[in-house]
Amino acid sequence: MEFFIQQLINGLTLGGIYALIALGYTMVYGVIQLINFAHGEFFAAGGYIGVILLSFFAANGLLESHPWICLAASLVLAMGYCAMLAMAVEKIAYKPLRHASRLAVLLSALGMSIFLQNGLMLTQGVYDKPYPTSFSLGRFEVGQITVSYLQITIVLITIALLILLNILIFRTRIGKAMRATAQDKTMSSLVGISSNRIISLTFALGAGLAAAAGIMVGLYYGSVSYYMGFVPGIKAFAAAVLGGIGSVTGAMLGGLIIGLVEIFGAGYISGQYKDVFAFIILISVLYFMPNGIMGENVDDTRV
Amino acid sequence: MIRASKDIWRGYLIGIVWLLALLWPLLGIHSDGTLSFSRTLQVWLIIAVITLLLILITLLYKNQKLTWISGPVARTRSAIGSSSQKVPTWGWIMLAALFALTFPLYTGRSAQDVAINVLVYICLGLGLNIVIGLAGMLDLGYIAFYGVGAYTYALLSIHFQLSFWLALPFAAFTACIAGCIIGYPTLRMRGDYLAIVTLGFGEIVRIILNNWMTLTNGPNGILGIKAPGIYYPSFADGFSIEHLWLKKLHYVYYVVLLLVVFTIIAVHRLNFSRIGRAWEAIREDETAAELMGVNTFKLKLLAYAMGAIFGGLAGAFFAARMRFVSPESFTFIESAMVLAMVVLGGMASIPGIILGAMALVVLPEVFREFELYRMLAFGASMTLMMLFRPAGLIPAKRMGKRSEEKEGA
Repeated sequence: MEFFIQQLINGLTLGGIYALIALGYTMVYGVIQLINFAHGEFFAAGGYIGVILLSFFAANGLLESHPWICLAASLVLAMGYCAMLAMAVEKIAYKPLRHASRLAVLLSALGMSIFLQNGLMLTQGVYDKPYPTSFSLGRFEVGQITVSYLQITIVLITIALLILLNILIFRTRIGKAMRATAQDKTMSSLVGISSNRIISLTFALGAGLAAAAGIMVGLYYGSVSYYMGFVPGIKAFAAAVLGGIGSVTGAMLGGLIIGLVEIFGAGYISGQYKDVFAFIILISVLYFMPNGIMGENVDDTRV
Repeated sequence: MIRASKDIWRGYLIGIVWLLALLWPLLGIHSDGTLSFSRTLQVWLIIAVITLLLILITLLYKNQKLTWISGPVARTRSAIGSSSQKVPTWGWIMLAALFALTFPLYTGRSAQDVAINVLVYICLGLGLNIVIGLAGMLDLGYIAFYGVGAYTYALLSIHFQLSFWLALPFAAFTACIAGCIIGYPTLRMRGDYLAIVTLGFGEIVRIILNNWMTLTNGPNGILGIKAPGIYYPSFADGFSIEHLWLKKLHYVYYVVLLLVVFTIIAVHRLNFSRIGRAWEAIREDETAAELMGVNTFKLKLLAYAMGAIFGGLAGAFFAARMRFVSPESFTFIESAMVLAMVVLGGMASIPGIILGAMALVVLPEVFREFELYRMLAFGASMTLMMLFRPAGLIPAKRMGKRSEEKEGA
């Protein structure tokens, strides 16, 4: 039982991170029906900006004196950086292809992904970058179960970001404009919504969430590497598809399911095949529900 | 006119400032707690100057200020075009065949090595073309079939000492089975769901190869695979039949050339057969095709199976040539490479795919000195290619009229 609860906690932490990345895929897909293959790279870039800033703060002694301020500042700056990066990528690689075939945009995205990955490698080196070790929050134990404060922080930040996103999408004018653009681009531009601006904003939002996930993964596992975007990227994409691509609630749910399946599969069946379980769940769900769990017909939640 | 050029310069300025903001955190903030600007400015200035020059050239070209260069170039291009039209298609094919056959006579080891790579990728590209170009289904896990074929021959060769030629049908058969296994559950899905499921299958195959120690020896791979061998009559002293292992590089070259010629003929025949037309109908509009009596279920499965067969054949050859297989060779980036060849070359166009494979294998070899920047340039050129030539280098000739690219919006 202890083992089960321990795995549940680990799974929820991982699932929350996947959900954050999956949201970027699903929001972009909702607006322009594109699989943004470069999304995993935004996640990696976020992790790198996090490590750059935190090491910078640590070297200046700020991390010891004000750990929470430093963490918050790195989080916000990394999110802003990745939002800018995503907007640039969108302008260069996707906007000119708005009316081209789907495959052309997909390949353009793939090219961007390779480009960004190698850009990170060239500027930051091929070796893993460790997060500053002076920053550890400690842990507490309940019976046999160990919970680190870092895990709690991650879960809390994830929940906060998800709530903020929900408020943004469902309660504000901008969110209304996003939902309108997702439903019908022509009609929404007829009523005065600039679809280009909304698409840029969607990319920025998704990349910001991915950057937050990147920092948290870096803190959780202790280091980042330039190729770290790929595997979490495809798993988060799987999560987005599992939840029904285009649906925000679906992406959150899908992320949690993929995270839990992966951790439980690794814990109870086999650690070597943990990546396989996520895909098997994905394929079997899609076989019986070809539109994902919260498929496209729930058009109110499409963004 | 003035407004347009103003917009261009404003866009350029914003872009270049934006780039500085993106570059500086990566290059200027150091982990020892210092900040620097010189390296960032250096890189930034290089990029700024190059893009400025490119913009100037395009502007001049658009305003017809460069007619003294572009005029003669266009004239020679049309001259070459019209004279090449006069040569019949079989003439080009004969020329290409002659070039391919005599290639090992005047080239060294490294060139032959590259040529073998090109030929293997042509085989893979043509196989993937059946799934993507003809039937219009996105497949991001194609390299799995290559892996299945390679491991089939590797295991048959190690455990049963089966010769390469006898193992080829087996490799094709197992790849075909794998294709059907992957194809069956994905048939109900369309478009993007298909993409992730095939990607997932590709990863599953790689992970299984990596972890099933007793069968595949895991990440260490399988060593000691036999090269292809042939029997040939020898008249040296009397008549006897000799056996020869085709280990020398130019023999290997001819083996893969044979495979490629077989693939080209097969794909060409498929393309213009009843099945090929049915695939094309499915690609254009699946619902309409089904209404016209095309058995979409069977044909889509067949497309997967046929694509997988060519992947499997190429895989068996790969194992025979390397005489070593390991899961490292079958990662997603390989699938992406093959996909890039098909799309860059021009979907459903056989000469296009051949050109695409050449471009993607030969260009990185040429720029080997810039090893570090190779993949960076590869990614950037993939994006640029899609921006300026989304239909590929040699777009396929399409028969009849159709509504173009309606699904994109």
